[in-house]
Amino acid sequence: MNYFPDEVIEHIFDFISSHKDRNSISLVSKSWHKIERCSRKSVFIGNCYAINPERLIQRFPSLRSLTLKGKPHFADFNLVPHEWGGFVHPWIVALAKARVELEELRLKRMVVSDESLELLSRSFASFKSLVLVSCEGFTTDGLASVAANCRHLRELDLQENEIDDHRGQWLNCFPESSTALTSLNFSCLKGETNLAALERLVARSPNLESLKVNRAVPLDALTRLMSCAPQLVDLGVGSYENEPDQESFMKLMAAIKKCTELRSLSGFSEVAPLCLTAFYPICQNLTSLNLSYAAEIQGNHLIRFIQFCKRLQRLWILDSIGDKGLEVVASTCKELQELRVFPSDLHDEEDNDTAVTEIGLVAISAGCPKLHSILYFCKQMTNAALITVAKNCPNFIRFRLCILEPNKPDHTTSQSLDEGFGAIVQACKGLRRLSLSGLLTDKVFLYIGMYAEQLEMLSIAFAGDTDKGMLYVLNGCKKMRKLEIRDSPFGNTALLADVDKYRTMRSLWMSSCEVTLGGCKRLARNAPWLNVEIINENENNDLMMERNEEDEREKVDRLYLYRTVVGARKDAPPCVTIL
Amino acid sequence: MENVGVCDEFVNLKATELRLGLPGTEDEKQKVSCGKSNKRALPETEKDIESTGKTETASPPKAQIVGWPPVRSYRKNSIQTKKNEAEGQGMYVKVSMDGAPYLRKIDLTMYKQYPELMKSLENMFKFSVGEYFEREGYKGSDFVPTYEDKDGDWMLVGDVPWEMFVSSCKRLRIMKGSEAKGLGCGV
Repeated sequence: MNYFPDEVIEHIFDFISSHKDRNSISLVSKSWHKIERCSRKSVFIGNCYAINPERLIQRFPSLRSLTLKGKPHFADFNLVPHEWGGFVHPWIVALAKARVELEELRLKRMVVSDESLELLSRSFASFKSLVLVSCEGFTTDGLASVAANCRHLRELDLQENEIDDHRGQWLNCFPESSTALTSLNFSCLKGETNLAALERLVARSPNLESLKVNRAVPLDALTRLMSCAPQLVDLGVGSYENEPDQESFMKLMAAIKKCTELRSLSGFSEVAPLCLTAFYPICQNLTSLNLSYAAEIQGNHLIRFIQFCKRLQRLWILDSIGDKGLEVVASTCKELQELRVFPSDLHDEEDNDTAVTEIGLVAISAGCPKLHSILYFCKQMTNAALITVAKNCPNFIRFRLCILEPNKPDHTTSQSLDEGFGAIVQACKGLRRLSLSGLLTDKVFLYIGMYAEQLEMLSIAFAGDTDKGMLYVLNGCKKMRKLEIRDSPFGNTALLADVDKYRTMRSLWMSSCEVTLGGCKRLARNAPWLNVEIINENENNDLMMERNEEDEREKVDRLYLYRTVVGARKDAPPCVTIL
Repeated sequence: MENVGVCDEFVNLKATELRLGLPGTEDEKQKVSCGKSNKRALPETEKDIESTGKTETASPPKAQIVGWPPVRSYRKNSIQTKKNEAEGQGMYVKVSMDGAPYLRKIDLTMYKQYPELMKSLENMFKFSVGEYFEREGYKGSDFVPTYEDKDGDWMLVGDVPWEMFVSSCKRLRIMKGSEAKGLGCGV
């Protein structure tokens, strides 16, 4: 390769797009590092505090597409204070200042303000794609700026964000000349939209492939939208509580029939059974179906619908489908790759006989040979079932099981579920992500450390007996990147055993465990390249630092540590202490 | 505060005590964390507390642990809204209008957004409410729709997102005349 001119090498690198591969290339030699970094268009930053925007821009001057993640995963479950951080504004300011020709920005769990969106919309003339997932801090006014100023906008994808809906006219702000839209998702907005503006926008966007509306778009509007966009591939519908009348139903069905390219269906925050039947004509084409917000739909309606969906690859559903329903899925959806079964009853209040159990899980594993990702909420599980699942499906990449009641044992033997999960990690050699639940001892971690060689992300809750558990994982799982633990008896011994291990990991989260302030301080001293954050909502920074010897034994409520090349961040709120 | 009261209740419920390690071992410290949740969690946890309150007579409510089950807030909120609606009890609040001889009662869950509610009130009491502006309140009419929230404060209808309004409104009052001006014009 040394004999090729740089342009040739660069051309070869163009074929390599995966972040992992490009990162590897840059480590080969100085000249490769330089060629790679100058030609790199797309950068993924898993932790926005691991690096700062100035250094990023310095290294990658041709940057076009940036992905940033902010808050730790457990922020999804209210374990991280609202004001913790993850602000995108400094990034946008720096990128604008350096005149980066940014085209794409993807953010997850970050705080975005209207000011940020306004600056974004005015600073990057070729901006094409904005994807915000689980973000917060902005309003529809920010969206209006993006709509109005990003002349080449192709994609505006808002997934599960907390957006203050000012019920304004942001959809009106797309100029008449804007015809390049390929993807528009505003399903998380709570207020009403200007339907006329929406219809005009869709009508003038011939390349629109993905449209996800919010609950406030009524049935007749949906029918009109589908009629002027029969090329849609991905559709998210609104909320249709009431049965449509005969005429509306016929019109809807006619519009649906024309959408022969439709492959993905979602939305349905409420859906009357009759409404659902209008979609039967396109079921056989669907590869992706999300009915996980349709709480009132009974199992039998769901089953009837799914019976037509023979090509389904991805299914997100509520546990109201029941074991019987999962058996139907197992016999119908032979192409199924990803299944998520969400709980419809969060607090175990109802005596729900129809919710799913280990029976449904086993049925799916037996019937769907291509299954590689599962998220399964259930009330009970057995080791026998998990062992069978492991035998049936050795190809799991992601296995997330959530038994609703913490510490619940195998309900037939009253034993822990160590053996069941042990079978999963032993059989699934390619397993990258695992979430545990139920009654678990240190033994399950012994198995994980021994067998889970490819494991990158592990979520632990209410599990284990001693520090040995955590140590098995830290010592055994060479590819571990993200470890998150809550309410488990792991303490300083495990935390401090191998400080260098954290160089190879993105982050560690420990909440309601046994680690003490003294242990965390010691870690911070031994690892200056780590940010060791203590999160305690009842304290502030000053009190923390003044603590005397005795207080060092006090347990830390929440610990979040991550490797970084830029030292302690300066935007931490009072409830966060960086040691 | 409601959260503290609930915590006391939890401490007394042996049946729902969480233990670390295998059953049959010594009693470990209880690891139920509650009441520490940040502001964002409060509306949810308050709703949770309300729903457990209803089942109290039936069976001891399960301990509500922060962040468990691990379901995203977005999804939790939509389930909770659905539950409140599906309960079938609706959310009936009294409506009074200054000068009218008797009160009325309406079910807030029958409406999806403010315009529908306003239209219904206007029909019920035969008046017109004018136009709502975010900063200035209602203009163009002597009538101003207000409501009493959970904290006992009188608020202008329309200021907060609809869902927040439905969950915090205790009763409605349509103010008229001079008293209305004070609230209606940009406090």
